[in-house]
Amino acid sequence: MTEWSVLIGGRAGEGLNKAGMILCHLLQERGYHVYLYYDYPSLIRGGHNFSLIRAVERPVFAHRDRVDYLLALNQETVERHRWRLAEGGVIVFDASAVRAEGVGLPLQTILREVQAPDIARNTGIIAGFSCAAGIPWETMEQVLEREIPRGIETNLAVARKVYGAGCTLRQIPELPRGRRHPILTGNEATGIGLLAGGLSSFIAYPMTPTSNLLHFLAEHADRYRLKVVHPENEIAVMLMALGAAYGGERVAVGTSGGGFCLMTEGLSLAGMAEIPVVIVLGQRPGPSTGLPTYSCQTELSFAISAGQGEFPRLVVAPANPAQACRWSTTALNLAWRYQVPAFVLVDKNVAEGAADFDPGGVPAVAPRESVRWDGTGTYGRYAGTDDGISPWLSPPSPGQTVKVNSYTHDELGISTEDPLLTVRLQEKLQRKGAALAAEVGRLQPVLSTGPADARTVLLTWGSCTDPCIEVAGEHGLRVVQPVVLWPFPAEALRAALSGADRVVAVEQNTTAQLARLAAAEGIAVHGRILKYDGRPFSLEDLEARVREVVA
Amino acid sequence: MTRTTLITDARNTWCPGCGNFSIQHALKAVLLEMVSEGLPLEQVVLVTGIGCHAKMADYLDVNSFYSIHGRVMPVATGIALANPDLTVICCAGDGDAYAEGLDHLIFAAKRNINLTVIIHNNRVYGLTTGQYTPTSPLGFRGRSTPRGTVEKAFNPLELVLASGGTFLARGYTRKQPMVRALIREAIRHRGFSFIDVLQICATYNDPHEMYDRLTYSLEGHDPGDFDAACRKIREWDYNREAPIALGTFYSVEEPSFEERFRRTPQSPAEREAAIRAHLEET
Repeated sequence: MTEWSVLIGGRAGEGLNKAGMILCHLLQERGYHVYLYYDYPSLIRGGHNFSLIRAVERPVFAHRDRVDYLLALNQETVERHRWRLAEGGVIVFDASAVRAEGVGLPLQTILREVQAPDIARNTGIIAGFSCAAGIPWETMEQVLEREIPRGIETNLAVARKVYGAGCTLRQIPELPRGRRHPILTGNEATGIGLLAGGLSSFIAYPMTPTSNLLHFLAEHADRYRLKVVHPENEIAVMLMALGAAYGGERVAVGTSGGGFCLMTEGLSLAGMAEIPVVIVLGQRPGPSTGLPTYSCQTELSFAISAGQGEFPRLVVAPANPAQACRWSTTALNLAWRYQVPAFVLVDKNVAEGAADFDPGGVPAVAPRESVRWDGTGTYGRYAGTDDGISPWLSPPSPGQTVKVNSYTHDELGISTEDPLLTVRLQEKLQRKGAALAAEVGRLQPVLSTGPADARTVLLTWGSCTDPCIEVAGEHGLRVVQPVVLWPFPAEALRAALSGADRVVAVEQNTTAQLARLAAAEGIAVHGRILKYDGRPFSLEDLEARVREVVA
Repeated sequence: MTRTTLITDARNTWCPGCGNFSIQHALKAVLLEMVSEGLPLEQVVLVTGIGCHAKMADYLDVNSFYSIHGRVMPVATGIALANPDLTVICCAGDGDAYAEGLDHLIFAAKRNINLTVIIHNNRVYGLTTGQYTPTSPLGFRGRSTPRGTVEKAFNPLELVLASGGTFLARGYTRKQPMVRALIREAIRHRGFSFIDVLQICATYNDPHEMYDRLTYSLEGHDPGDFDAACRKIREWDYNREAPIALGTFYSVEEPSFEERFRRTPQSPAEREAAIRAHLEET
């Protein structure tokens, strides 16, 4: 298989995320599918940032430790990442700031000559890489023109000088090209998925790793006639969302674990008052502030049990931007159909990782509604039904009152402490949960990849899934990924694991939260591969761990 | 239940003599009046917090969102955002709006969102059986402060004025006609309308003798004058005895928050086309 990995590194504030995206576009132009991992500390300037790009013949969402090209804007990048260099690997560096072997570019001189700002060093390095990799000038010019909105002339002047002076060292061959696709982060794909689900309002307080979902939807609010609000805190976010949903909006919120802590009283209100809302919950390592800009899978137990009392909810955990798009649409539709809170549980790797995205994967826009009131008699917001779903009505509705309530309530929404009505309400919520679980069971909630007769299965979820699929392929293992984590798809999971005599959980936490959920359903997990340093599994990393377990 | 009385069948459990009855009657009367003048009743949404005041949601036969403690403002803000044509009325207690949800009150005023906020300020927690609130006077003896509070009350009107509220008034439940007039004026006002209603708690805090003695109606006051409003608001600090002005301190027109968020919803076909065009550009 033909594949290439490129790392570009420097200081925070030097535009390394953008530079990574440009490299993705260049490699896509060469006919490759691309994946971008962006690694940065929690600060605005200084510190070490890098983008790691992997270009492969088929779609991927995983990185390798080994790189073929190391692009260094500073010495630290070389020192930190030299170990990654594959045999025949090339370092492209700014010779005015870095001492190394390879392609040294006199960027300071070139920038001075064309009077370019410091940020244009990125363009210089990218031009050096393009030349060394044999990427035609026209391809690079086209990508730069498309991707650099301001000061393109100066950037092209820098690129021309660098490119003109270099030579091809290690050709990245061109592959037969498919259609060029947009390169989206998980946050952007989630946003598109919510929009396809009919989203009309988005409310969030910024918090890594989902701030960029807020930025993306705010940026494009006019295009989608979307109401985007950033309130005073996450408590207000959740409550405002519930008010908006009551008023007839299709609304989602975005946050991470810390912000979600503040949302839990509102979540419980959503459960009791039966008001739909979608929560995009981006996981990052805790406890508390933890590692703000890194990744983990520690909020599964939290998401399925947050909030006082017992009430139905949906939790889906996509593995990559394509799944994030599709399941965000599903989450919105199911939340509104069943009048429940629904979680899109992502992590930093999914949310801020990027890949080429096939627009064909965007679900058709066909917003599912709840059951509508038929207009006969007196409206009761919590009218009893077989499946527990009461017909929905938003005010204004002439002659009717729509009463929602955080207290235990009767069918009209008026508070009660009556034991029989209390039981009726609790059982109504349970029936609604059962109806939701039944529908989830029909949605293929558990995905299975690899030989059906494999005796060993990697049981995983979220952003660990794609690395597992790549590694499992080499060992003939099967990978099983529950995409829906609540209502827990026990039956589908049992079916997916049938015939396996060795189930190994792969998760980014210390307690194997998915394995524990499975165990609670009587599904045995025999081994655990856990990682909790905030970084995604690299293929080499996971390969070694899997080898230990299957040996 | 009959729509002409606006009262539901729910059994009323306020204590005899509770100030909430007075606010309920005033609110009901204003709504009936406005309905007779053409306001569609279905356009009215009542949002309450948690506490004795909040039972209003059960008792009044109007659309309601019986929310949770302290969160009346964000819920009401969401409703106004969803549909700026609704008349959103918030009943909140002093524990609700001034303690648990103070940040939301300040931000609702800052946004000048079109809400009518009626604070049932009895200066004590009733439903949790008698603890001090942010507007209990210095030295207030409650069940959590048996030897008296050691922190001063704050002046909620001063806070809301500083935060950007565009309609500020104070009422007193034993002056029914004025409370009614203030609620009416507040609903008519487009923007953040705030009425601090002094009410007694028949069980835990009844300073009606003091209120009867010290309250007076504002006269010859220009509600368009910020500095004059500020002076009048600061006349009484909710701690020491001083003349207590009742009426409208401040009323000015400014753009309201929810108006900036009016959007015609996209049809599925429009949405699909917008997504396609967006992804093609990306």
